[in-house]
Amino acid sequence: MGMRYFGTSVQRQEDKKFLMGQGRYVDDIEFVGMLHGAFLRAEIAHAKINGIDASAAREIPGVHAVYTLDDLGDPYPDKPMTTAYASPLLKQTICQHLLAKDEVCFVGQTVALVVAESRHIAEDALSRIVVDYEPLPAVADCRDALDDDAPPTHLGLESNLVGNFYGKFGDIDAAFAEAAHTFKVDFHEHRGGCHAMECRNIITNYDPGKDETTVYLTTQSPFLIRRLMARYFEEDESKIRVICPDVGGGFGPKNGPYAEEFVLAIVSKQLQRPVKWIEDRREHFVATNTQGDQMWHMEIACEDDGKILGARGRVIHDMGAFVPYGLLLPATSVFPLPGPYALPALDVTLDAVFTNKTCTSPVRGAGRPNAAYAMERLIETVARGLKLDPADVRRRNFVRKDQFPYTTGGTLPSGDPAVYDSGDFHSLLDMALYKAGYPGFKKRQAAARQEGRYLGMGISSCIEDTGFGPYEGVKVKVQPSGKVLLQTGAASQGQGHQTVYSQIVAEELGVNIESIVYQSADTGTVPHGVATAGSRVTANAGPASQAAARLVRKKALKLAAEVLEIDEDDLDIEDGVVRAIPESGRNVNISLGDLSFKLTPLMNGKVPEGYEPELEATSFTSSTGVPHASGSSVAEVEVDVETGEVKLVNYVIAHDCGNMINPMLVDGQIVGGVVHGIGNALFERMVYDENAQPMSMNYGEFLLPIATEMPPIQVLHQETPSPHNELGVKGAGEGGTIPAANAIIAAIENALEPFGVVVNDHPVDPQRICELLDAAQDSASAA
Amino acid sequence: MSEQNNDEREITLTVNGKTYRETVETRIHLADFLRLQLKLTGTHLGCEHGVCGACTILVDGEAVRSCLMLAVQANGSDVTTIEGLADGEELTPIQKAFSEHHALQCGFCTSGMIMSLTAYIAENPGADEEAIREAISGNICRCTGYQSIVAAGVAVAAK
Amino acid sequence: MKPGRFTYHDPTTIDELIGLLGSLDDAKLLAGGQSLMPMLNMRFSQPDHVVDLNGIDELAGITTNGSALKIGAMTRQAALLKSNEIADQIPVMQAALQCVGHFQTRYRGTIGGSLCHLDPSAELPLIALLCDAELQVAGPDGDRSIAMGEWPLAYMMPSISESEILKSININPWPQRHGFAFEEIARRRGDFAIVGVGCQLAIDNGVISKAVIAIGGANQVPYRLTEAEEALVGQPATDDVFAAAGEVARKQDAMSDAYITAAYRQRLANVLTKRTLATAAQRATGE
Ligand code: FES
Ligand code: FES
Repeated sequence: MGMRYFGTSVQRQEDKKFLMGQGRYVDDIEFVGMLHGAFLRAEIAHAKINGIDASAAREIPGVHAVYTLDDLGDPYPDKPMTTAYASPLLKQTICQHLLAKDEVCFVGQTVALVVAESRHIAEDALSRIVVDYEPLPAVADCRDALDDDAPPTHLGLESNLVGNFYGKFGDIDAAFAEAAHTFKVDFHEHRGGCHAMECRNIITNYDPGKDETTVYLTTQSPFLIRRLMARYFEEDESKIRVICPDVGGGFGPKNGPYAEEFVLAIVSKQLQRPVKWIEDRREHFVATNTQGDQMWHMEIACEDDGKILGARGRVIHDMGAFVPYGLLLPATSVFPLPGPYALPALDVTLDAVFTNKTCTSPVRGAGRPNAAYAMERLIETVARGLKLDPADVRRRNFVRKDQFPYTTGGTLPSGDPAVYDSGDFHSLLDMALYKAGYPGFKKRQAAARQEGRYLGMGISSCIEDTGFGPYEGVKVKVQPSGKVLLQTGAASQGQGHQTVYSQIVAEELGVNIESIVYQSADTGTVPHGVATAGSRVTANAGPASQAAARLVRKKALKLAAEVLEIDEDDLDIEDGVVRAIPESGRNVNISLGDLSFKLTPLMNGKVPEGYEPELEATSFTSSTGVPHASGSSVAEVEVDVETGEVKLVNYVIAHDCGNMINPMLVDGQIVGGVVHGIGNALFERMVYDENAQPMSMNYGEFLLPIATEMPPIQVLHQETPSPHNELGVKGAGEGGTIPAANAIIAAIENALEPFGVVVNDHPVDPQRICELLDAAQDSASAA
Repeated sequence: MSEQNNDEREITLTVNGKTYRETVETRIHLADFLRLQLKLTGTHLGCEHGVCGACTILVDGEAVRSCLMLAVQANGSDVTTIEGLADGEELTPIQKAFSEHHALQCGFCTSGMIMSLTAYIAENPGADEEAIREAISGNICRCTGYQSIVAAGVAVAAK
Repeated sequence: MKPGRFTYHDPTTIDELIGLLGSLDDAKLLAGGQSLMPMLNMRFSQPDHVVDLNGIDELAGITTNGSALKIGAMTRQAALLKSNEIADQIPVMQAALQCVGHFQTRYRGTIGGSLCHLDPSAELPLIALLCDAELQVAGPDGDRSIAMGEWPLAYMMPSISESEILKSININPWPQRHGFAFEEIARRRGDFAIVGVGCQLAIDNGVISKAVIAIGGANQVPYRLTEAEEALVGQPATDDVFAAAGEVARKQDAMSDAYITAAYRQRLANVLTKRTLATAAQRATGE
């Protein structure tokens, strides 16, 4: 069997329909009799509801129904949603009612639903609903949430603390007692929202004959949503079918449950009509979970040469108004903290707090970009404090190649010890530095400064725990036509799963990639799946695809050997045909399709003895541990010290995601991820006023990265296979995003070194850079 | 505003070479008309406030944002959408280049990107990388990071 | 995000339009739609009537009248950008047009729409002000002419009544040999500028003989930096002189909002004034 597909940049199987405008996203699907919903949302961040009058809205021609929470009927007025990820660390797990009960706690919260003939009419009706709000004080900034005089974010709350998360190992007191140097640094991290180009969209279609609800949903996790819905409705899972058609980007916030799909399921059943709701962009800004703010207060202990002894501190984490997602985001912000460094001791406490803002949940990388930024800030702080080359400080602290598998001393959220499986962090950094021209940069920088141009270079190194388990189900089935059905539970939002798993199966089974028929993300057709999140799919569905294909191959070879009366070892499969190898001296063959036909019960006589029907296999094989991807990035910027503008000159990322199944697709993930990280560093900022009223609700004010502002991005690869799966693969979906912010911020600081500017907070904009320049100048002239 | 006031007009226009005579509610924007009434769902809506470019189509050969035009304003126009580019199964050079360069992931921005580049390169053959970047600076893609889209555009413009 | 209900009107002549405006309550004029359509979609604007200007042919086009250029209010930004007359005679307008939105929005956006919307940081009002444009306004009582300097009454409020319509923008270009420059600082390509500055300079034997500077985005309405314009005349075209003009720009009042402080706007007004003057001087002297 030749390596035809694995490791090659096969063009995507899924492209053509999109190129021709034939993709089918939720909003492209229509049903006879379909009605359209529009949600009335809270306009005030915190208020008591004294009453809702929807009578005028109900009168508008074309309006079929208006629902408040009471209108949904029992038991819903007394049945809030539950969190998707419960945890004993949660002190207060407040989840919202499907529609607001008697209080709203963030702008954007669902208050009522209008169902009408068209979206236009539904929106006409929205403006006729009168809500009697009694405004209450709100918490807008997570830094204030635990203050003694902070107002309660929910009526009757004694504290705004949601829960704590801890990252602790080693002897931190000893580390600080023995240290030659200690440094303190505070920084504020803000990460923007999802902003997939397709917003969240839903169609629910209740079939009274079957008493079954089909939900077309832009989710990353159809099986999770079905389970949560079935549990909430106390319904048999077979009565709810969740289908993800084409989905226009996910990036995390499309992973969890939202009130809207629950409401629509109820309403479709009550009205016995299909109901569609399309989230519009203004809603998306407030209704879709975002990632929000973190305030870090950190301290680091190190030796003269920059060798780190320990880090400690406190993080305040903005949960938003409810807890739909447990402590997933806090956990992923803290446990990856050591990053690629051999950190002897850590003691970090995170306070997750309520605010009156949109709920938070992971966005590309989840808390990992925050943790990576925190660790990289500490490295920068040490380098600055000791006047060392930041590259050297990293080298001195990296986990060495000979230390793998490396046990950090910390634990994963699962409670298992964190163990890095493989990598070579030193060589990755060197690759990136060399490509970026780091060795000769100081000279170039000095020459530019002579001309009044301020160039800077910044580094960022990271690891990424990928492929969190437990598994992703894959089924492979050869059909009598010769077509091979490949089913996975994992939904795709553009990652190219179809191509990647087809590559694996085609290679393992010995068929043409064109003969593979791919189905995914439909709880009605696929046996079981988990979620597309946390760069987990390749490391789970990859091994499962391989294992399932291998089982089918075995079965086919065994059967073919019987049919052709030849030894199994004398057979091979190529292009979908099992044939005798030349060495056997025989010239016989049979196609996989024909073999499959032989296993079809009733159609072809008796199924041969000792075989289960169908030439198929299902596998849940996954990685045996956590594959850790790693990377180092180097950014070069030029800062205009008169205007504060930052021009991104170049960006290099050396990345290791183990063996690459399709390098072109890996590059796509990395580059897209880097740009997302650049957005976090420089552009994306969701502004709220002091009453927690959102200010940036359009794309002129909330800035996403665009083509003209992006630097050339060069991706270098190192392939250190993961020992945790036979394919040697690791995840790649978030590795571009995780390190980006520090590379950019450190580059700006490096450019402004002559002025002594330290940026620390992100995103940073030109105005802020000018303020920092002015402040630096003031303190210089004062001194 | 009166709820009874259902202002409608009859319009005639050509879309992808086919002539349509349709009655439209005058408040419907062109993108919704194409999607809801003509069932041409390849034109996507990413923001409906004129910034993301997902809804870009050609009106009389010019790339415009179809969420910023009323359908009634297209009366008498010649409209091309993503569905009208390929000749049967034969893709245009830009469509092909998108696949070769992996210039699409989720595909949601893709129609708008391709329509923008189709118009731009027709008017500016030989456009260089900087020009291509500028040509798509009014189109947002959250997936690709743009680099592959720029590469696809440059490759076609250079032909 | 779908527009509310309205009644649509599409007059084909200015007379018909004026008649219509006199008879309608709560009407919005739809020019290129690049500002009004988002407002309609978001229901920030919910007029009873929308009057579409796109069918009035006499409102579009560029004509020359002796030395003056007459630009119809419905002339598209793309058409202006491609116009040889503009390129030759008002090159500063061409430079500014390249910063207006994106090529896709310039196909629809019009100069009149921009002047009537009067966003403080929009490029075209700034250029009209820089070029001492005269605006032709038609109304029920006939035409009137108004200088661009008088056009902005307040933040996004032009000097025009609901029964009137902006017909054309008339500009007397500077004599052929002059320097010009336009620069703006926006967060990203095509974004509304934070601050933009345009200028034109005439230089005779190294001495500035005429100077105009207009600044947009810094305050509620675009303004001319008259104090510096006057001070520049008779001065040599040197960096020091331009820096002094920049300092004048910095001292002007500026606005602040949820994103940008007045101090930063003043800083940019200073830097851009200095930089555009230097560029214009280079162009004026052919260096
Ligand atoms: S949908 Fe038209 S520009 Fe975004
Ligand atoms: S490919 Fe997903 S938005 Fe561009």
